[in-house]
Amino acid sequence: MITDLFSPAVLLGIATSGIRFATPYLFATIGETFGQLSGVLNLGVEGIMLMGAYAGFIATFRTGNPVLGLVAAILVGGVMGLAMAVISVTLKAEQGISGIGVYLFGLGMSDLLFQKALGTVETVNGFAPLRIPLLADIPILGEVFFNHNVLVYAAFALVPLSAFLINKTTWGLQIRSVGQNPAAADALGVSVARVRYLTVTLGGVLSGVAGASLSIGLLNVFQQNMTSGMGFIAVALVYFGGWRPLGALLGALLFSSVNALQSWVQVLAIPIPSDFAVMMPYVLTILALIFAVRKVDQPAALTRIFERGEG
Amino acid sequence: MATVPVGQPTQGDPSMKSGASPRDRGYLSGIRPTRWLGPLMPFLAALAAFLIGGVMLWLLGANPFEAYAAMFQGAFGSLNSVADTIVKATPLMFVGAGICISFRGGVINIGGEGQLVAGALAATLAAIGLRHWPGWAIITLALAFGFLAGAVWGVIPGALKAYLNVNEILTTIMMNQIAVQVMNFLLSGPLMDPQQMLEGSFIPQTARFPQAADLPRLLPTRLHAGTLLAVIVAVLAWALLWRTTVGFRIRAVGHNIHASRRAGIRVERYAVLALLLSGALAGLGGATQVMGLHHRMFTDGSATGFTGSAGFNGIVAALFGQLHPLGTIPASILFGAMLVGANKMQSAVQIPTALVTVLNGLVVVFVVASELWRRQIAKRQEMTAMASSPDFAVEEAARA
Repeated sequence: MITDLFSPAVLLGIATSGIRFATPYLFATIGETFGQLSGVLNLGVEGIMLMGAYAGFIATFRTGNPVLGLVAAILVGGVMGLAMAVISVTLKAEQGISGIGVYLFGLGMSDLLFQKALGTVETVNGFAPLRIPLLADIPILGEVFFNHNVLVYAAFALVPLSAFLINKTTWGLQIRSVGQNPAAADALGVSVARVRYLTVTLGGVLSGVAGASLSIGLLNVFQQNMTSGMGFIAVALVYFGGWRPLGALLGALLFSSVNALQSWVQVLAIPIPSDFAVMMPYVLTILALIFAVRKVDQPAALTRIFERGEG
Repeated sequence: MATVPVGQPTQGDPSMKSGASPRDRGYLSGIRPTRWLGPLMPFLAALAAFLIGGVMLWLLGANPFEAYAAMFQGAFGSLNSVADTIVKATPLMFVGAGICISFRGGVINIGGEGQLVAGALAATLAAIGLRHWPGWAIITLALAFGFLAGAVWGVIPGALKAYLNVNEILTTIMMNQIAVQVMNFLLSGPLMDPQQMLEGSFIPQTARFPQAADLPRLLPTRLHAGTLLAVIVAVLAWALLWRTTVGFRIRAVGHNIHASRRAGIRVERYAVLALLLSGALAGLGGATQVMGLHHRMFTDGSATGFTGSAGFNGIVAALFGQLHPLGTIPASILFGAMLVGANKMQSAVQIPTALVTVLNGLVVVFVVASELWRRQIAKRQEMTAMASSPDFAVEEAARA
C-alpha cells in the first residue's frame, strides 16, 4: 500500500540509506569537480570507480583488512587519474571521447581481473559501522546520522574540506583561474599543466575511493559493472551542483534518496512500475541540466585544450 | 587548437550560444586525416593496443600469440564464424555511420546504446502490433519505426544542445538509461510473451515475431539482409556528408561554428540535424537487430544485454575508420571479429572475453591521443612547404 511508505520505520529506512548511499556519489562528484574547475572533463569516472571497487575488494579479500583495500583503491584510482591527465593534458586529446576510452578500459579491466582472480561472487568484511559515542544514542537521529562506516563520514567531511580548498586557498584560486582563463594564469606564472595534473589525479583518487565505498563499505561484494552508471551520474552532478561542493552534496543526497525511495517502493510492492521509479533520477538530471545549471558558473575553459602561444 | 584568448572572457562550453573564442573550431576539428599519416594512424593505434593487450595476456599467464591466433581462428575460421563476425559488425556499422555524421557536425553522441534500444523497441511494437499484415509491410514499417524512434532519441539531446546549451554528452548518457527503463517496463509487462505469462515463467522477452517479417537470410548462416542495409546506409551517409549541401554545412558547423554562423548557416539547425540523423541510424540498427537476428526483443535489465555494447563499440569503430562512413565498414568488421573471436580465445587460453572491452578502450584512447602527434607533423609539413615556396625564397633573398 502506498500509505506504508509514510510509516515511521520506512521513512527512517529511506533517510538512513539515503545518507549512506550518497557516499559514492559524493566522492566521485567532488573529485570530478576539482578536475572540471581546472578545465578538464573526465568522462572516465565510471571506469575509474569500477577499478577502485575491484582493487579495494580484492585487496580486502586477500588480506582481510579493509584499510589495505582502501589504500589499493586510492593507488589504482590515482594511477587511472594520472593516465587521464596524460591523455588530456600532455597528449591534448579530445576529453569527451578519450573519457569513453578510459571508461571502456576500466569496465573491461575490472571484469577481466575479477573473473580471472575469483570468477564467483564473494563477500568480504569491509568497513564496519562506527557508532559515534553519545551522538548515536540520540533517538532516531542517532541511527540516521551517526551509525555508518568510516567512509560515509569521510565523504561528508570532504564537502567542507574541499569547499575550503577551492575557495580559501591559493591552490584553489590557481585551480579556478586555470579553468577560467588558462592563458592568463599561464602568463602569471601558474603552470596550467601541473594544476590540471594534480586535479585530475586527485579526481581519480576520489573516484577510486567512491568505487571502494561500494565494494568494501556499503555492499561488501564486487560484481561486473557494479557501479551501473553512477560515475556518469557523478559527472552530471558536477553540473547540477554548479561546480560547488555544497551543490554536489545536495545532488548526491537527492539521487541517493530517490534511489532509496525507489527500492522501498519495490520492497513494499507498491503498484507503481519500479522501472519508472528507476528512470526518475535520469529524467531529473536532464531537467536539472536544463533549468538548474547556471551557465555563468561553468568554468570557461572546460574541455578546452591549452596550448601556449595560441591565444 | 581551441584555446581561450587572453583577456577575452568566455562562457559555457564551446557550443552554440556561448560567446566562445572566435578561434574555437568546435569539439572535433582535430580529428581529420592529414594526407600521409591519416590512414596509417588507426593501425598504429590498434597495434599499440594489441601490444599492450599482449603484455596483459602474458601477465595473466596466457601465451599472447596463442590467444590472438585463437581469436583470429574464432572470427574467420569457418563460413559460420565469418558470418557471425559480419553479423556482430552490423550494428557497429549503423551506429558508426551515425557517429561519423554527429562527430563531423561537432556534436558528441554517446547515446548509441539508448538509440539502439529505442529503435529496436519501436520495431518490436510494429512487428507485434501489425503481426497479421503482410511480411513486406511489417518489415518496412518496423524499420521506419526504428529509424524514427532513434531520431527522437537523438533529437531531444540535439535540440537541448543547440537551443538551450545543455551538454549533449550528459544528456545522451541519461537518454541511454531512460531507454533501458522503458525497455524493462515494456518487456516485463505490456509486451511480454503471452506464452511466458501462461507458463508463469515471466522471462522479460516478447513473443517471436511472425516469420513472414524476418529479414531475408543471405547465406545458410545467421547473416541477414540487415548487413546489406548497413552498407547502403554507410554509402548514403558518405554521400550526404561529402556530396550534398546539407552535409557540407554539417561539416562546416563542426569545423568552425563561428565562421559558419557568419557565413549564414543556421548552425543550431544543423547541430540538431546531425544528432537526429546519428540517432536515427542507430535506431535503424536496433530495428535490424530484432528483425534480422533475434526475431524478438529481450532484456537482462541492462542495455548491454540487448546491444552487446554496440552503442559504445560503434564509436570505437567510427574513430578507427577516421570518422568516414566507408572507413567505418572495415573497422566494424575488425571489431566484430574481436568480439566473436574472444569466445574462442576464452576457451583456448582461459582469458575472459572482457579483454576485448579493454582493447576497445585502449584503441579509443590511442586514436584520440595520437591526434597531437598528427597535428605536429602536419604543422611541420606546413612549415617545410612554406620554407620551400618561391615567395619565401624571394623574401629571403630580398632580406639578404
